Amino acid sequence: MPEIRVTPLGAGQDVGRSCILVSIAGKNVMLDCGMHMGFSDDRRFPDFSYITRSGRLTDFLDCVIISHFHLDHCGALPYFSEMVGYDGPIYMTQPTQAICPILLEDYRKIAVDKKGEANFFTSQMIKDCMKKVVAVHLHQTVQVDDELEIKAYYAGHVLGAAMFQIKVGSESVVYTGDYNMTPDRHLGAAWIDKCRPNLLITESTYATTIRDSKRCRERDFLKKVLIPVFALGRAQELCILLETFWERMDLKAPIYFSTGLTEKANHYYKLFIPWTNQKIRKTFVQRNMFEFKHIKAFDRAFADSPGPMVVFATPGMLHAGQSLQIFRKWAGNEKNMVIMPGYCVQGTVGHKILSGQRKLEMEGRQVLEVKMQVEYMSFSAHADAKGIMQLVGQAEPENVLLVHGEAKKMEFLKQKIEQEFRVSCYMPANGETVTLPTSPSIPVGVSLGLLKREMAQGLLPDAKKPRLLHGTLIMKDSNFRLVSSEQALKELGLAEHQLRFTCRVHLHDTRKEQETAVRVYSHLKSVLKDHCVQHLPDGSVTVESILIQAAAHSEDPGTKVLLVSWTYQDEELGSYLTSLLKKGLPQAS
Amino acid sequence: MKLYCLSGHPTLPCNVLKFKSTTVMLDCGLDMTSTLNFLPLPLVQSPRLSNLPGWSLKDGNAFLDKTELIDLSTVDVILISNYHCMMALPYITEHTGFTGTVYATEPTVQIGRLLMEELVNFIERVPKAQSASLWKNKDIQRLLPSPLKDAVEVSTWRRCYTMQEVNSALSKIQLVGYSQKIELFGAVQVTPLSSGYALGSSNWIIQSHYEKVSYVSGSSLLTTHPQPMDQASLKNSDVLILTGLTQIPTANPDGMVGEFCSNLALTVRNGGNVLVPCYPSGVIYDLLECLYQYIDSAGLSSIPFYFISPVANSSLEFSQIFAEWLCHNKQTKVYLPEPPFPHAELIQTNKLKHYPSIHGDFSNDFRQPCVVFTGHPSLRFGDVVHFMELWGKSSLNTVIFTEPDFSYLEALAPYQPLAMKCIYCPIDTRLNFIQVSKLLKEVQPLHVVCPEQYTQPPPAQSHRMDLMIDCQPPAMSYRRAEVLALPFKRRYEKIEIMPELADSLVPMEIKPGVSLATVSAVLHTKDNKHVLQPPPRPAQPTGGKKRKRASDDIPDCKVLKPLLSGSIPVDQFVQTLEKHGFSDIKVEDTAKGHIVLLQEAETLIQIEEDSTHIICDNDEMLRVRLRDLVLKFLQKF
Repeated sequence: MPEIRVTPLGAGQDVGRSCILVSIAGKNVMLDCGMHMGFSDDRRFPDFSYITRSGRLTDFLDCVIISHFHLDHCGALPYFSEMVGYDGPIYMTQPTQAICPILLEDYRKIAVDKKGEANFFTSQMIKDCMKKVVAVHLHQTVQVDDELEIKAYYAGHVLGAAMFQIKVGSESVVYTGDYNMTPDRHLGAAWIDKCRPNLLITESTYATTIRDSKRCRERDFLKKVLIPVFALGRAQELCILLETFWERMDLKAPIYFSTGLTEKANHYYKLFIPWTNQKIRKTFVQRNMFEFKHIKAFDRAFADSPGPMVVFATPGMLHAGQSLQIFRKWAGNEKNMVIMPGYCVQGTVGHKILSGQRKLEMEGRQVLEVKMQVEYMSFSAHADAKGIMQLVGQAEPENVLLVHGEAKKMEFLKQKIEQEFRVSCYMPANGETVTLPTSPSIPVGVSLGLLKREMAQGLLPDAKKPRLLHGTLIMKDSNFRLVSSEQALKELGLAEHQLRFTCRVHLHDTRKEQETAVRVYSHLKSVLKDHCVQHLPDGSVTVESILIQAAAHSEDPGTKVLLVSWTYQDEELGSYLTSLLKKGLPQAS
Repeated sequence: MKLYCLSGHPTLPCNVLKFKSTTVMLDCGLDMTSTLNFLPLPLVQSPRLSNLPGWSLKDGNAFLDKTELIDLSTVDVILISNYHCMMALPYITEHTGFTGTVYATEPTVQIGRLLMEELVNFIERVPKAQSASLWKNKDIQRLLPSPLKDAVEVSTWRRCYTMQEVNSALSKIQLVGYSQKIELFGAVQVTPLSSGYALGSSNWIIQSHYEKVSYVSGSSLLTTHPQPMDQASLKNSDVLILTGLTQIPTANPDGMVGEFCSNLALTVRNGGNVLVPCYPSGVIYDLLECLYQYIDSAGLSSIPFYFISPVANSSLEFSQIFAEWLCHNKQTKVYLPEPPFPHAELIQTNKLKHYPSIHGDFSNDFRQPCVVFTGHPSLRFGDVVHFMELWGKSSLNTVIFTEPDFSYLEALAPYQPLAMKCIYCPIDTRLNFIQVSKLLKEVQPLHVVCPEQYTQPPPAQSHRMDLMIDCQPPAMSYRRAEVLALPFKRRYEKIEIMPELADSLVPMEIKPGVSLATVSAVLHTKDNKHVLQPPPRPAQPTGGKKRKRASDDIPDCKVLKPLLSGSIPVDQFVQTLEKHGFSDIKVEDTAKGHIVLLQEAETLIQIEEDSTHIICDNDEMLRVRLRDLVLKFLQKF
């Protein structure tokens, strides 16, 4: 029995370390290869030994697909390909391919140079890993091999984010990666056609949230202070937001951006304009939205200068780096504010302060008291519950599988999906396998003659009745053809064997044979209105291809013998006629 | 399958393909050579031009369009292969009742829009005081001087479209990416492939499950800026329609670029100006890149380069954001991240300046000697007209023709006598005949269809037998207003067998490796997809309450029974009969076989090699028993 198997190695009832194995029609595909922000031990990477204990990963996996450049979706890639060992193709969109190595290098630097980790992947490994990448264009059908094909759809989560359709024959799976169903200031909304996959694997970060309009959130937001962000993604969105607001309100307070990376990042945005939203694409010739006037580079010394300011600092979950440094500096003053614009995974400082913790244990047993205001504002470009439902409605999957979310929230969404769409919904934990039986139909070639003959009949007025197509399926190697029986016989060089029946029906009739034939004719003509009944010049009667002849009885002149003759193919009608005639003819009036 | 050929211009094709009940238009190029019959449209009233004798100032701008060979409102989709081949789009989408969809890549649409915008702008900014159309009347045209007298189909010449029509036409385009599979009504699949000629230029595959047509239009194997041509996907075509080959088969583009640079340098060094009539996109990117590498070594770094077009800025900006559609070298630049084309640097260092027109800023910045890139290459409208008038009288200046679409001598005619130098360096990167024959050997289509011009040497070089397509079987040629029946017959169609039905099939092996199964199934056809489902179970007779009518019993004669094959060995058959309780069996030999007599039942069975005939009394039970015994020896199909 064919089946689709899905096993999350990461992001199963969890956010972070996205890595999902899919087996479909004998093909094995790994979706994303992320790291976990909440851990710095073995648990930060997926457990690749699950895939195969002995063999090489390359032999087992047909391809790897990366949905977007966020580290929780691609952070383990160099470890996976260079240290564990994988030489097969890795597919991602071009912006992802451009930006991903920069973020990986950044991540490596923090891990190795700042935290002093040994046995981490090297810069060279990142380069070698990126050599295995094949760029995928939106809507392009990429033939991974003769049977497996993948296709990218716009996901709108960050620049270059894509959803992927994985297809073998008539079976398919769609993996959304992270996506956003509402266009924002620089990206468009995710879109997919009605591709009716067997399974839709969707993220569910905001499974229970329904976001209100962004306008009011924007106004609350514009007071001051520290905004931890990731260098690429939301940062650009927030920069555009502040830039336009500063311009409109003529504000003077400085806005700083903490890393040199971002300036470079903005260059990418300028070069990948086709991946942004309609408005930016339309106006970029006049004004490139990624050239900011009010936003300046941040210097460490600015943190201590008096007066209001807004600082964007990386990383976004306050788990390391400059954002954490500034946070420590400013945390003690209740006039300051930290705004968390995105989701924080468990274990990070960001998650702790968002859950209301005000005393934080830092390295070296120091305790940091947080007096500053803590605000959470979802600027994260994930689909909310409404968006997820919308996407399910768009794609019309047979089954849904939730990943990249918290178990409790998933549970709620799962019920909602099952109720509304009447499809099964799964939410496996990491390492847990979901198996879906599939029943793919079998494509064969039908000879046009046979098909047209059937379709022409289907056009008749009483086409309501289901009509039977009869033919012969010729299976030669892997070539399946459905042809008419006549053609099959001819192709195989076989002769038809004709089976014919002739039944004698005795009738009591004293008239001449010819007159009996006429009576038979008029009787059949009146009963069989839908059939072609003919009286031939030689005295015989035909009903369709059935031949009826009247003969004298050799012994009894008062009895006539009707010879009813038909072929095996006309058996029903022939046998019906004999029984009809056996009942006798109506008396001539 | 039929091909309606609406354009006779081999590089500006317009064909309509009818394939499996879909009507697909392949390109809609606009042949603008007819504009050469008109006088230039100067920005400044020119006493010289308006005082020319004879038939002065005709009705502006007319273009050759297509004939009514086919009702264009029946066209389902239009496939565009590159931005030069979509210039007639507004005429079709806005004036023929067309209701379908147009498919094109994003760069094709964006740059096509720029070309149309430029054209409309050029025409509209010099409105005509009067327009004449009566001369198109056949009786009057006859009296006109040559070549107007000989121009064909002047009645199809049209006024230029408006920007409103352009926008409306472009709104009907759906963007597609290379290798995207687009389903048309479930019957046909179309796929654009990279053709290597221009940004976003594509060849198209039009296929069903069993037939494949390739449409090759404007392809290039040279390494310029666009993504390389995808040749492999053209393999296994039943028919390959080949259009858009190079218009200058004898010129080598690389040599022409070299000549271009050296002539440019020579003129400038002597204190002259260089005028390059060009389109605002395409070869100009390559020329700027060459100059970028060339100017410093040639000592031209102080010479200003001007690019004047209403869409100059947009064209330069757009070229930088289509990294995905560029060649590998340029793509990798984006990863750095750097703009893929070096003209960004030329602009930054003020070596290249762009202006929407000669009005405004340009007049302040204008320094001579200089190099000006501007349109239109026909020299009939656009800012180029002004520069021709301005510089034509000095032999220091040079006009260099790089675009191959117009005869440069005809283009220059109204400006004669000219003192300025004229250099002809046509750069056409499209396939030449050597490359075509290599390509055809590589992809091996069963049939090749092409414009008739490609099946014979060019008229001017009739001895050059190498300047034509050479393939086996010989290419089928078409000319304008012809309808070709394409030479292949469809035999098969895809049908899906539902898994439940597949499970119920009983295959039997007839020969080694060949199995057969008879299929009786219900055919469902929806959206041109065919599905076979298991036949419904026979309905249970519904109680005896309802009175049956006689006609209910009449069997449907269209219920099909399988065909039979095989032969019946008489001895075994007789044994079987005996086993099943028949006695008193007599066998007689006949000329062709045997007769088995069941004397007791007054039944006679004639058995021959290919037929069996059971003749019995009207005893249905007996007949069915005998039938089943006979069928045991036969195979069903």
